[in-house]
Amino acid sequence: MISHSEPRVMPESHVMDDLDQLEAQSVFILREAYRKLRPLALLWSLGKDSNVMVWLARKAFMGRLPFPVMHVDTGKKFPEMYAFRTEYAKKWNLDLMLGDCPPVEEIDPSLPPAARSAARKTAGLAKLIETHRLRGVIAGIRRDEQATRAKERVFSPRGAGHRWDVRNQPPEFWDQYATPYEDGMHVRVHPLLAWREIDIWRYIERENIPLVDLYFAKNGKRYRSLGDSDITFPVESNAATVAEVIAELETSKTSERAGRAMDHEAEDAFERLRVAGYL
Amino acid sequence: MNTPASPAIGAHRAAATPIVIVGHVDHGKSTLIGRLLHDTGSLQEGKLAQIVESSRKRGLHIEWSFLLDSLQIERDQGVTVDSTRIPFHLGGREYVIVDAPGHRQFLRNMITGAADAEAAVLVVDAQEGAQEQTRRHAMLLRLIGIRHVIVLLNKSDLLGFDEARIAQAEADVRALLGRLEIAVEAVIPASARDGDNIAARSEKAPWYEGPTLTEALAQVPPPGSRAALPFRMPVQDVYRFDDVRYVAGRVERGAVRTGDRIVIGAQGQVATVVEISRWHAPESTVAGAGESVALRLEPDLVPDRGDLLFPADDAAAAPERAARIRTRLFWLRSEPLRVGESFTLRLSTAEHDVTVASIDAVVDLDTLMLNPGDSVPADGFAEVTLAAAHAVLFDPFQPGLSDGRGVLVDRFQRIVAGAPLIGAAALPDGARAIHPTASRIDAHARAKARGHRAAVFWLTGLPGSGKSTLARRAEEDLAAGGSAVTVLDGDTLRAGLCSDLGFSPEERRENIRRAAHVAKILAESGQAVIVALVSPLRADREMARQIVGESFHEIFVDTPLATCEARDPKGLYAAAKAGKIPEFTGVSAPYEAPDAPALVLADGDAAALAERLAAFIRREVAL
Repeated sequence: MISHSEPRVMPESHVMDDLDQLEAQSVFILREAYRKLRPLALLWSLGKDSNVMVWLARKAFMGRLPFPVMHVDTGKKFPEMYAFRTEYAKKWNLDLMLGDCPPVEEIDPSLPPAARSAARKTAGLAKLIETHRLRGVIAGIRRDEQATRAKERVFSPRGAGHRWDVRNQPPEFWDQYATPYEDGMHVRVHPLLAWREIDIWRYIERENIPLVDLYFAKNGKRYRSLGDSDITFPVESNAATVAEVIAELETSKTSERAGRAMDHEAEDAFERLRVAGYL
Repeated sequence: MNTPASPAIGAHRAAATPIVIVGHVDHGKSTLIGRLLHDTGSLQEGKLAQIVESSRKRGLHIEWSFLLDSLQIERDQGVTVDSTRIPFHLGGREYVIVDAPGHRQFLRNMITGAADAEAAVLVVDAQEGAQEQTRRHAMLLRLIGIRHVIVLLNKSDLLGFDEARIAQAEADVRALLGRLEIAVEAVIPASARDGDNIAARSEKAPWYEGPTLTEALAQVPPPGSRAALPFRMPVQDVYRFDDVRYVAGRVERGAVRTGDRIVIGAQGQVATVVEISRWHAPESTVAGAGESVALRLEPDLVPDRGDLLFPADDAAAAPERAARIRTRLFWLRSEPLRVGESFTLRLSTAEHDVTVASIDAVVDLDTLMLNPGDSVPADGFAEVTLAAAHAVLFDPFQPGLSDGRGVLVDRFQRIVAGAPLIGAAALPDGARAIHPTASRIDAHARAKARGHRAAVFWLTGLPGSGKSTLARRAEEDLAAGGSAVTVLDGDTLRAGLCSDLGFSPEERRENIRRAAHVAKILAESGQAVIVALVSPLRADREMARQIVGESFHEIFVDTPLATCEARDPKGLYAAAKAGKIPEFTGVSAPYEAPDAPALVLADGDAAALAERLAAFIRREVAL
């Protein structure tokens, strides 16, 4: 894990760079969510993106999170991830809520196997949303991860059954976001939508944000994206530090989710998952 | 892993430049993007193979658009439904390419993609020329203030890259854009399918001396700076953490420094910025345009969300102030817009109730002429005057800046229009004009004069639950103590203001809408208002809350159905059970109890409950 560092020193007249702009926009989005959508919770998957998101929320609210973080636990994460959860829930003073997932036998059998396994998380999430009557759920998806995520809104309203109505998304422009009106609706808030994988890593480097060690290479392999241990696979890599990961990404042309089995089973597998409420 | 972050000196990376690709359906936008990414080596490994496979499955040769048309419906129907953004790297500069749908049905998605673009590529089929969506998109580029427009004459191979025929096509497009006062950066004869003049110069048009598409993109200047303008920050929220108050927001123009004196919103209080707070960031006494910050003020005032902060000591640096505002509007609802309709105008973080006071001109999309008209059709454009109840502080819209960009929201919180603000409107001569006037007395002054604050207490519960009884008793109690209090109850409203309404869900909703507006007016006059209405649906009560605003308190008169039936003071339950009253709440129509009422009145006799209600109201309106 990476230790805390002192904040950077900067000259007074400060021209915003790309990370400053992404950060400012994400902070704006998180503050909109906190103002407009209550009860609100942030999904903490323990991965690099959601750690960045927790960090940005602390930026937005002067070092604290004024709403709970939720981990929808499939029970199949890597042991390193559970250790990380325990350590940083405490260090960051998070109000952590855990949600469990139904067994795979209860999931739509027409889905391909890995997608079916991933859909457990959707069911677990739905339960948490209903139990806590959440009106806002903050999730760390990005447009560059996956082609259907590229079509997402920053505020993505979900109707009854939490379905994503891809054919009828609301207009969203000039920083004006849709807020739900009808009962039983909630909004998925996506503060990282405009970030790219390399932005995430550069921000982790700049801010010294701690991460699970699985992201760093051991014996020529590392995880580029973390999901359930049985459907996530490491990629070939010798990048053992944040700086080395950044250097690797600057030349890489493989997809970030290459190691996520559920994306590759059928052309529409991921879209079906997302329409049904997957992140 | 413990290497500290040490960005190299001079490693400043500018934010990506968003470029939107627009144009008529089937003129080749998605194909262009696929080709552009491929020819510049921007595709991820395996992506090309995936597209070849998806194309083969549908019996196509190679369909570049599959790169972005990721949804099943888009691939099966060969049409882009929603915008996609993809990062794109060219000659050391970062771009975001926005693929916007060309089909009219998906105009709102096109705007979603295009609204923050720095430049646009307008794709026009060289043979077909400008079509309806070409004109509509060009109009939108102008309205949303996109300053750099590149025209790509696609499918020029169909004209054999013939110089004379392409010159004609170019002249037509230039004439169209000229009428919209859009300056064109370049008109490029190209073929997206074959890659001519996209990333590489085409041999088929040796006569062409202008830039290729990638050369034209490289020439788009970076966004201009907003730092030199007078300071503006719309308040986004106010926090209190560990006994410290923070005024949160994003600086939209200029810069703010500690020690600056600023004005807070239309009410005009002045405060000094004593600290610019950030967490885990370098200490700095200045915040510039684009930064999301939190200010500490002295005196420790509590601004409202939407209050505009601006410099105090320079009258020339103040924003405009008007209750009637002219806008250049694009309309996104499927039903036409008419004079007299009411909306919420969202302007940055501010929300203002507005009415369409006049439709001053409507754009004829065929001729691009401004004509008189009394309604704005679906996906239409018009100049419209909005009248607000109070003075609005604003800066007129300017391309490249983030303010002055209004959005109209209906009562279901749906965005129905974009409305860039042009400026203050002169008052029309006629008395016919709708002209809500702003009160000169503010809420605080009224409360001080009355000795208590104003608020709305919304009693909901089954018919016969005792709402009116409790409301009247509490009214008596409060009036005896010198409070200004009014009761609005269902039967009274229906006898007069709402006598045209029945009991269908739509009419109930309208009844509630009217009651909420009346309650709001009364509260604005400084009164404590008690509303006693069955208001059975959560969504309707939520609407009332939206109308009234922050002083809305939901109170649940939680009397069991059996008790209400037994009381049946008006004989309604008996009649409903006999089938004489259709859609009677509790019998044949649903009642949805509140999720989190501010107060529940249950278990007690009327006197005790009325006393609790009065005590609650007294506490809530106390100064």
